[in-house]
Amino acid sequence: MSAASTALPRSRVSALADKLRAGDQLAYALTLVCAASIFLVTCLLVYQLWLGSALSRHKFGWNFILTSTWDPVQENFGAVPFMFGTVVTSLLSLLISVPIGLGAAIFLAEMALPRISDLLTFLIELLAAVPSVIYGLLGRFLLVPILESAVVPAIKGVLGFLPIFSGTFYGVSLFSASVVLSVMIVPFIISVSREVLLAVPVDQREAALSLGATKWETTWQVVVPFAKRGIFGSIFLALARALGETMAVTMVVGNTPKVQTSLLAPGYSIAAVIANEFTEATSDLHISALVELGLVLFAITIIINGLARLLILTTGARVAK
Amino acid sequence: MTRMRTFVTIAAALAILALPAFGQMSLTGAGATFPYPMYSKWFDEYHKLHPSLEINYQSIGSGGGIRQVTEGTVDFGATDGPMTEEQLKAFHDKRGCGVLHFPTVLGADVPVYNIPGVATDLNFTPEALAGIFLGKITKWNDPEIAKANPKVKLPGTDIIVVHRSDGSGTTYVWVDYLSKVSSEWQTKVGKGTSVNWPVGLGGKGNEGVAGQVKQSANSIGYVELIYAAQNKMSFGRVRNSSGAFVQASLASVTAAAAGAEMPDDFRVSITNPPGKNAYPIASFTWLLVPEEIADKQKRDAITGFLHWMLGPGQKMTEALEYAPLPKAVVSKEEKAISKIHAKS
Repeated sequence: MSAASTALPRSRVSALADKLRAGDQLAYALTLVCAASIFLVTCLLVYQLWLGSALSRHKFGWNFILTSTWDPVQENFGAVPFMFGTVVTSLLSLLISVPIGLGAAIFLAEMALPRISDLLTFLIELLAAVPSVIYGLLGRFLLVPILESAVVPAIKGVLGFLPIFSGTFYGVSLFSASVVLSVMIVPFIISVSREVLLAVPVDQREAALSLGATKWETTWQVVVPFAKRGIFGSIFLALARALGETMAVTMVVGNTPKVQTSLLAPGYSIAAVIANEFTEATSDLHISALVELGLVLFAITIIINGLARLLILTTGARVAK
Repeated sequence: MTRMRTFVTIAAALAILALPAFGQMSLTGAGATFPYPMYSKWFDEYHKLHPSLEINYQSIGSGGGIRQVTEGTVDFGATDGPMTEEQLKAFHDKRGCGVLHFPTVLGADVPVYNIPGVATDLNFTPEALAGIFLGKITKWNDPEIAKANPKVKLPGTDIIVVHRSDGSGTTYVWVDYLSKVSSEWQTKVGKGTSVNWPVGLGGKGNEGVAGQVKQSANSIGYVELIYAAQNKMSFGRVRNSSGAFVQASLASVTAAAAGAEMPDDFRVSITNPPGKNAYPIASFTWLLVPEEIADKQKRDAITGFLHWMLGPGQKMTEALEYAPLPKAVVSKEEKAISKIHAKS
């Protein structure tokens, strides 16, 4: 500071630099607080779930996630059927929605005329904003009857010998829930993947084309791999929504806490049972068990996300070799 | 113009804030969803008669009602199933006084079904209902169902059972009835707002069960009488304890309440009661009021409302399709109100 008083021009420069640096620090501090608050909220959430589930954790221990009886009267709680339903419906919905979503995103980003692409994208983003209860109602009164009268008989006709398509179909089932979920999450995949594909530099495309690649080869072998990370990001977003979806699932899943091999059988999901039973749960242990289900859902989300990230890392390494 | 509006808004807001200072009082309650339309009508009418008193009611569910009144975050609770001994003890431990149950209106559950080719109202014996919901009676032409419906040609199709998936007073009444008429149900399943169903699909809310039944051929479920009446659904008759097949109606539900023996604390289940005209799957719904209320003005407000609810209030029930309380219960409750005392 003493040097600044001797040379005026230099002091001005350093003051400006100080100011800038202060601005930087301000921005740093502000963004840090934002990031930390997310971290804090997550920690608080886990802490609260941990605290609220103490009664149930002490009573059942690991049996909570190993047994499959859910009896609020005898106060005997096991989470397996709900975990099963949540994982099966989410993964099956991804299986349906990823190919469709990715295909649509490629068309919108690479093939379609810009005007049509923008219009369709607008409509798709509207779909993402539809409340889930609307999807539930549509699923219940529109989709399920279609599945019942046309789709499922067709599937049973061809693949009926497989255990996963055996048994009576009541309309509501794990399969119906997965289809409704896939309709709900496909806009996320399309919308985010399209943005990511559009962000791929033109140079990449031009380079591929100049080497004699066809339009499709360019898209599939250059643009899509370049955008792979972003596309996976969109799939994670979709998966997160599918894992936590409550209203739409409970309206079409059948709400039956049983583990059954057939996808056409009714099931249940973690989010759905929490929403269904929480308001009228009167015993402390019942409430505690429902809170522990929340904790389990949180753990499932983390595990599935972790596995998916691992998958990207390993496949990414293979491509690099 | 906008300035004027702003001024008016601010003045109105200030007036609302200032109101309590001029003898305005508000009571808050929370709990059961089933009687909510009735309660909101009552509280509204009562507010018109006593503009200085406002009663706010949140229909958060019976479980929430019991919890909130135990915690003391509301002035009164409401529930579709009476509090258990443990819950009463928890209340006493927490608040240092007892809690009183006041029956307000009556509700009932009815069996609804969808069997292609069957248009008449079916008769159900208690054994048939228990058997179907236990998963032991699996076909519509089972002798247990057929013998009660000699004139109906029942198909030999599989029965699809539909029950509520959300915890509810409606379920409580239904399984309370099944527990009374079937010892197997009592030991295997028991009663509660949610139970471990032996068979069937779960529908969310009355509308979820009704929708599932409507869409699935050969299905049976149960819904609240009011819901069935408002949606013009047909429903079955159930055989009561004196052997008569009775259709649920406001009169037969009130008859069920009149037939049951009323204990002093009003915590009574009236499923499967005696009485020739009684419909057997009915229940009271209750307000939960602490015995001791710190603020004397509040106590007077609550007791005033309870007296009004038992008098003029009961005349408003039938318009909303709730069954009114029998006279004997009303006079017994009138006496019980005096148990509510201010803190001395």
